[in-house]
Amino acid sequence: MFRYILTRLLLLIPLLIGVSLITFIMINVVPGDPISTQFGMDPRGVDPETINRLREELGLNDPLPVQYLNYLKDLLRGDMGTSITTKTPVTLEIKSRLPATVQLALAAMFLVLLVSIPLGILSALHRGSIIDRLSVGVALLGVSMPSFWLGIMLMLLFSLQLGWLPSAGRGDGTLTGSLRALILPAVTLAFGLMGLSTRIMRSSMLDVLDQDYMRTAHAKGLPPRRVVFRHGLRNAFIPVLTILGIQFASLLGGTVIIETIFAWPGIGRLAVNAIFRRDYPVIMGTVLIFSVTFLLVNLIVDILYTVVDPRIRLE
Amino acid sequence: MSTAEIPKVAVDTAQGPETKAIGRWGSALRRLIRNPFAVAGMLILIMLVIVALAAPLLAPHDPNALDLDGALQPPGSPGHLLGSDELGRDTLSRLIYGSRISLTVGLIVVFIAGSIGMILGAISGYYGGLTDQVIMRVVDLLFAFPFLVLAIAVVSIVGHSLTNMMIVLGAVSWITYARLVRGLVLSLREQDFVIAARALGASDRRIIFNHILPNTLDVVIVQATFGVAAAILAASALSFLGMGAQPPTAEWGAMLSTAKKNMRNQPMLAIAPGMAIMITVLAINFVGDALRDALDPRLRH
Repeated sequence: MFRYILTRLLLLIPLLIGVSLITFIMINVVPGDPISTQFGMDPRGVDPETINRLREELGLNDPLPVQYLNYLKDLLRGDMGTSITTKTPVTLEIKSRLPATVQLALAAMFLVLLVSIPLGILSALHRGSIIDRLSVGVALLGVSMPSFWLGIMLMLLFSLQLGWLPSAGRGDGTLTGSLRALILPAVTLAFGLMGLSTRIMRSSMLDVLDQDYMRTAHAKGLPPRRVVFRHGLRNAFIPVLTILGIQFASLLGGTVIIETIFAWPGIGRLAVNAIFRRDYPVIMGTVLIFSVTFLLVNLIVDILYTVVDPRIRLE
Repeated sequence: MSTAEIPKVAVDTAQGPETKAIGRWGSALRRLIRNPFAVAGMLILIMLVIVALAAPLLAPHDPNALDLDGALQPPGSPGHLLGSDELGRDTLSRLIYGSRISLTVGLIVVFIAGSIGMILGAISGYYGGLTDQVIMRVVDLLFAFPFLVLAIAVVSIVGHSLTNMMIVLGAVSWITYARLVRGLVLSLREQDFVIAARALGASDRRIIFNHILPNTLDVVIVQATFGVAAAILAASALSFLGMGAQPPTAEWGAMLSTAKKNMRNQPMLAIAPGMAIMITVLAINFVGDALRDALDPRLRH
């Protein structure tokens, strides 16, 4: 187990180098650099000497491979450079925004599990019932509805019309205030994934219900609730776990949009703002953080398999 | 005479699975039209295509015609069935013209992604070895990024425009097709008709394009259908963020983005474009689901 985790972590290293290299190349092949952005689109009025000094200071005059190696070296020390627009270290920028995004993503995941496990089980146990058809409907809407539209519609209804929930920000710091602020963005983020994982839970539960051990469990007189939860759920949950691991990437991508709509002060909004300002180090930092998180979550999912199903041995 | 006949027979066997595939498509189509959701989805799509093609005839107004006196009209106002936006542009006309963009974007993105993915996937699976290693490591690497984050980052670098966005979405999403096709090719290349074609001296290119790729088509088409839906969603999201279609283009995601400012007074401005996106994507997903079931009845529950 320990050795497996260690190997997986080591395997992450080439992937991470690749990821950082890609972001670095992407950002450097394009025209337009932060200096001209700082002085507006036309840097001609500015003293060339000043521009050159600034370029030198930012290391923009070094050859690209040197710039990349420097970036990588700094990265290993936890230094992601300094934001060009705010002059704050990128690591600090990200650190101050990370809790908001983690909170949002965890809340969304929680909602997904809260809805999809019971709904999936019920749909499987009562095939063709109203609940089953309802869950088909929710699933189809979930994958077809643009999340930014759902967010705006919820905001329109619950904030602007009814005035029940705040439409922006993270609340006033009190527990109820934060929870109230969390509801709309979390529901919006969770909705798409909710339907999908309900359907997976349903079909995998259907597979499990046909298994011999389920019949045995029934036959030996176990209460139906115990059969479903103890014998059924544990076996049926693995495909759901897989989907949640894979879909976590879309959840992270979703935060970019949903944080923008609800003015949620997280990494997604940081990324979008940085993109409009061509703030290279911040863009690189956020993209890196997103993919590292994604890779780590997939590792955790793989490890969770063994907890859910001890028959799976990790090699 | 007799020497000429032998290869002819062999060629026929070599193409056997393809003629069988037509039979499969025929029965798939029959299953498809028995599925009410698929029929509904197809009808909606046909309607959308007609609306897109006949946009100049159907739209009551020029989608970009400004009328500041008639700004922010409520739905049902004379001449503006769905109202007008903050510049007095007719919402219905903009919706109608928007269908052109969304459908085109969906198809072009999938065409780019599918072509790159199929070719690289086929090469990877057919040749194996180092080529396979290199291509698949690149695929792994791209899969390490959340799709939308990568797309947003690249679009922001190449510049915010509709064309750039389509190219980037295609260039970022080919990996799904590559992985899919590679897996299929791995098993197809060991099959008798491929070995027969090779024995007859067919070139690798001919084997890949004439014998292997046609046999991956049904799986790829199902994936591509969902791909069109996903591309429309992603494209409207990027346009919503201001990284895709630029004003004053009538694009559904961009319309939603400008609607945000005035939605308290004119909710229809925000409701309508989102509905349009949802109905389009829903219809495509109906067809995709039905197509998957029709082509592989075993998967049905």
